[in-house]
Amino acid sequence: MSLVSVQNISKSYWRDSQEIRVLTNISFDIAEGDFLGLMGPSGSGKTTLLNLIAGIDKPTKGSITVSSTDISKLNESELAKWRARHIGFVFQFYNLMPVLTAFENVELPLLLSKLSKKERREHVEFALQIVGLGDRVHHYPKQLSGGQEQRVAIARAIVTDPTVLVADEPTGDLDKVSAEEILKLLERLNTEFKKTIIMVTHDPRAAERAHKIRHLDKGELS
Amino acid sequence: MKIPLTYTLKSLWTRKLTTTLTIGGISMVVFVFAAVLMLAYGVEKTLIETGSDENVIVIRKAAQAELQSQIDRDAANIIKTLPELAATPDGKPFAANELFVLINIFKKGSGDMGNVTVRGITSESMLLRPQIKILEGKMFTAGTSEIIVGSSIAKRFQGCTIGERLKFGGNYWTIVGVFDGNGTGFDSEIWGDVEQMLPAFGRPVFSSLTFRLKNQSDFDALKTKIESDRRLNYLEIQHEKEYYAEQSRLMAIFIRVIGTVVSIIFSFGATIGAMITMYAAVANRTVEIGTLRSLGFRRRNILAAFLIESVLIASLGAAIGLFTASFLQLFVISTVNFGTFSELAFGFTLSLAVIKYTAIFALGIGFIGGFLPAVRAARLNIVNALRAS
Amino acid sequence: MHILKLIFKNMLRHKLRSFLTVLGIAIAVMAFGLMRTVISSWNSGVEASAANRLVTVHAVSFIYPLPLSYQDQIAKVPGVRKVSFANWFQGIYKDKDQFFARFAVDPDNFFDLYPEVVVSPKEKEAMKNQRNGCIIGAKIARTYNLKIGDLMNIDGDIYPGQWQMQVVGIYHGRDETSDETWMLFNWHYLDEGLKQASPGRAGQVGWYIVDIGDPNQRAAISAAIDNLFTNSPAETKTQTEKEFNQSFVSMSGAILTAIDVVSFVIIGIILMILMNTMVMTARERIREYAVLKTLGFSSSHLVSLIGGESLLISSIGGALGVAITFPITSGIHKVVPPQWFPVFNLETMTVVLAAASALLAGVLAAAFPATRAVQTKIVDGLRQIG
Repeated sequence: MSLVSVQNISKSYWRDSQEIRVLTNISFDIAEGDFLGLMGPSGSGKTTLLNLIAGIDKPTKGSITVSSTDISKLNESELAKWRARHIGFVFQFYNLMPVLTAFENVELPLLLSKLSKKERREHVEFALQIVGLGDRVHHYPKQLSGGQEQRVAIARAIVTDPTVLVADEPTGDLDKVSAEEILKLLERLNTEFKKTIIMVTHDPRAAERAHKIRHLDKGELS
Repeated sequence: MKIPLTYTLKSLWTRKLTTTLTIGGISMVVFVFAAVLMLAYGVEKTLIETGSDENVIVIRKAAQAELQSQIDRDAANIIKTLPELAATPDGKPFAANELFVLINIFKKGSGDMGNVTVRGITSESMLLRPQIKILEGKMFTAGTSEIIVGSSIAKRFQGCTIGERLKFGGNYWTIVGVFDGNGTGFDSEIWGDVEQMLPAFGRPVFSSLTFRLKNQSDFDALKTKIESDRRLNYLEIQHEKEYYAEQSRLMAIFIRVIGTVVSIIFSFGATIGAMITMYAAVANRTVEIGTLRSLGFRRRNILAAFLIESVLIASLGAAIGLFTASFLQLFVISTVNFGTFSELAFGFTLSLAVIKYTAIFALGIGFIGGFLPAVRAARLNIVNALRAS
Repeated sequence: MHILKLIFKNMLRHKLRSFLTVLGIAIAVMAFGLMRTVISSWNSGVEASAANRLVTVHAVSFIYPLPLSYQDQIAKVPGVRKVSFANWFQGIYKDKDQFFARFAVDPDNFFDLYPEVVVSPKEKEAMKNQRNGCIIGAKIARTYNLKIGDLMNIDGDIYPGQWQMQVVGIYHGRDETSDETWMLFNWHYLDEGLKQASPGRAGQVGWYIVDIGDPNQRAAISAAIDNLFTNSPAETKTQTEKEFNQSFVSMSGAILTAIDVVSFVIIGIILMILMNTMVMTARERIREYAVLKTLGFSSSHLVSLIGGESLLISSIGGALGVAITFPITSGIHKVVPPQWFPVFNLETMTVVLAAASALLAGVLAAAFPATRAVQTKIVDGLRQIG
C-alpha cells in the first residue's frame, strides 16, 4: 500500500489562449518512509509536480491520493485544512516571516491546531532541537545565516508531524557546507523519524541522499 | 545626465492602484480647496459687482444697510438739486430715491419661506444700472401696481412668473416682466414703482438715494457739504461699490476663515498621503536606485526623479480636482446676506486667481510630500541598495 | 503567540508608513469633528428651542412690528398660559463687527418664558425698575469685560439715536447648549425713546412669545392666534420656536450644506490614505501570504490578518483624532469672537460619528487588498519576488 499515489495527471497553463503543457500523463507511487528525489532540468515540471502533491496547485487531469484521501477532489478550504495536517513544506528561499522570531515562525502552523500554549512551546522547542537550533530560539531571520534559516524552515515543516515532507530545492540557495548540513538533517529525519520526503533538486549531490530518484524531462517521467 | 521621464511615468504606471489612490486623495483635497475659494470669490463678485464705480449711495449714518436706513423726502429733494449731480438726457437729476423692504415668499421645492428684497424704484433707477435687462415680458408701468422680478427670484420662488400676482403691503401686485442683473445682487430682488410702494407699506420715507456725479472728483467736497448741512447731516454718502463691498465683507470673511482652517488641515492630510506613497516608492525601488547609481546617475538625479514623480502625482490630482470643481459653477446657491437679512443667490465662480492658488497649493503638497522620500532615495548607499531584496 | 501579535508586528514593520497613516487619519478625523461641530453649533438654536413656546410674527416678514395690543388678545386664546414679547434692537456697539444679539424685552415676564436664561430675582427686579437697565450673557460680559454698573453706549440703526444702557445683571445659560451672548434690556426704555423721536413707531413689538402648556396643542393654538388677526392691517404668522429658529438656519442653508458635503469628503480622504497603505502593504507581502497558505492557513485567516492591521491602524488614528479634537474645538472657541458660534460644543454624537467613520474606513480599506490576497493562487504568490 503506497502512501502517495499519483495517477495519470496532466497539468497545463493557459497563456494568451495558448496551452502550455507542463506535465503529461504522469503516474507513480511513493511508499511510506520513502525519500524520493525528483530531478530534471529547469522547466521540466518538477516543481509543478511537487506543488500538486503538496496540494497548493490542482492538476488539469488525473488524481492524487495521499493516505487514501483524493486531494484533487478537495475544495479550497478543505485543502487548507488538509495541508495544515499532512504537509510540511520546505522552500528554496526559506520563506520565513521576517517580523517573527525563529520560535514564532516555527509556532505558526501550530496556531491552526487545538494545542495549548504549553504544548505548543514543547513542540516548537523539540523541533528546533532536532534541527540543532535550540540556542537560536529568539533570533530573527535576519540574524541567522542561510543554513540556519533553512533549518528553522525545516523545523516549521516538521513541527506538526506531517504525513509528507516536501522540499523544493532546499539547498539551492546555500553554500556547499550548509547544503551538506541540510541534506544530513533531511536524511536523519527520514531514517530516525521515519518521515516520508519528496525533494525536488537539480543538484546531483543532493540527489545522492535520496533512496529513489525519478527524472522528469519535458513534463514526462523517465 | 538626467533620468528620463519615461522611467518616472512607467514607475507610476506599474503601481496603478497606489498612484490612483494618491491622485484620488489629492484631488479631493484640491476640490475642497478650490470650492472654498470659488465660493468666497462668488460672494464677493456678486455683491461687489452690484455696485457701480460711478454711482454714489446715500443712507442714514447709523444704518448698516438700506434695510435700516431712512431718508425723508425733503432731504432727498435737497440732495437732488445739488449742482454736483449729473443730469439725465432729458434734463432731470441723475438720481433715484428708492425704498428697500423685505417680504416672505415660499421657496420652490420646500415648505421654507425666504426673505426677498422688494425695491421701489424710479425711472432713473434703470439709468443708474445699465446692466439691468428685461429678459421676458416688459418693464412695469409707473403709477400702477405692476412689478418685475429678478431672474433668480423667478427661478427659486413660488408664484414668481409673469402673469402671477403677489400679495404684500396690503396690495396685490402683478408680475409683468423678468429682469436679468448680469449676476449681481439685483437678480435676487423684486422691483416696482416707489411711489406705489411707499403708501402700500405705510412708509413716509425712502430708504436710500442713489445718484451719479458730474465729476467723480467732486465726491469729497460733496461729502463735506452734506456733513455740514444741518438738514442732511444725519446722512452718509458712500461710493456704491464700497457700500456693496462692505455688505459682502462679513460673509466673505466667514467663508475665508472656515476655508483657511479647512485648507490647512487638509493640506497636512494630503501631504502625508503623498509622503506615504513616495516613501513606499523609494522602498520598493531600492535595487533600481542602486542600479541607476551604479550606471553613473548622480544623487541629485535620483532626488530630481523622485521629486518629479511626486509633483506629477500632485499635478494630476490638481487637474482632476479643479476639473471636478469647475462643475460647481453650474450650481447657484442662496444664503442669507447677514447685512440685510435678505436671500442672496450666488454661484461658485472660477477665476484665474482661483486656478493659480489651487495649482500652487497642489504643487506645494507634491513638493513637500515628495521631498523627504526623495532625500532618502538620494542618500542610499549604492552597495547596500543593490543588496536589498 | 497569537494572531494578534502577528498583526501588531506587521503594523510595526514599516514604522514610518504606519505612523504617517495614523497621523493622516488623526488629522482627517479631527477635521471631520470640527466640521460637524460647526454645523451643530449653527443648529444649536434649533436644538435648544423649547417645545412649549410659540412665536408670533408679522405675516409679511419678521422685520415688521405688531401692535402691543395683541398681547392681551393672544393671552385670551384657550391653551395659552403666558405671552411675552421682544424687539430685535440690533444697533452698533463699539463698531459694526460686534454683532451679538440685542433685544428689547418685556421686563414683566420674559424670564418666566425662558427658564434657560438663569438670572437672580434681584437682577430681574433691577431691570424692571430701571428703565435703561440691561442684563447680558456671561460670555458677552467676559468678552467685553463688563460688570454690573457698567454703561453700554449703543448707536441705534433700526431705532435711530444714542442709547445708553446700564448693566444691572449677568445671566448664565442653564446648560451647555444655552446661548450666553444675548443682551436683554427693558422694552419700555425703547418705547419711551420712540414716543419722543418717532411716535408712529411707539407701542409696537417685534414678535410675541407664547407659552402653551401642552406642546401637542401647538397646531390648534397657532391657528387660533392667527385667526384673531385675519384681515387686520397686521396679520400674523404663528409657529413653534423650533420652526422659527429653523427658518433662520435654513436661510444660511447653502453654506451649511457645503460644510456638510466637505465633512463627508473627509471620510473619503481617510479611506484613500488608509487604503493606499493597505494596498502597498498587502502587495509587498503576497509571497508571505502564499507561504501562510501552504502552512494551511485559510482565506479567512488572511482576511483577519489584513483586516486586523487595517482596523488597528484606523482605530489608533481615530482615537488620536478624537483626542486632539477636544483641545482644538475649545481652542477655536476661545479664539473666534463668541457671537460667531454662541455654542460650540463637541457633541457625543460627533465623536461617535468620527470614530465610526474611521472604523468604517478601516474595514473598507482592507476589502480590496484582502480580496486580492485571497484570490492570488499559492503558486503565483510564491513566484512573486519581494
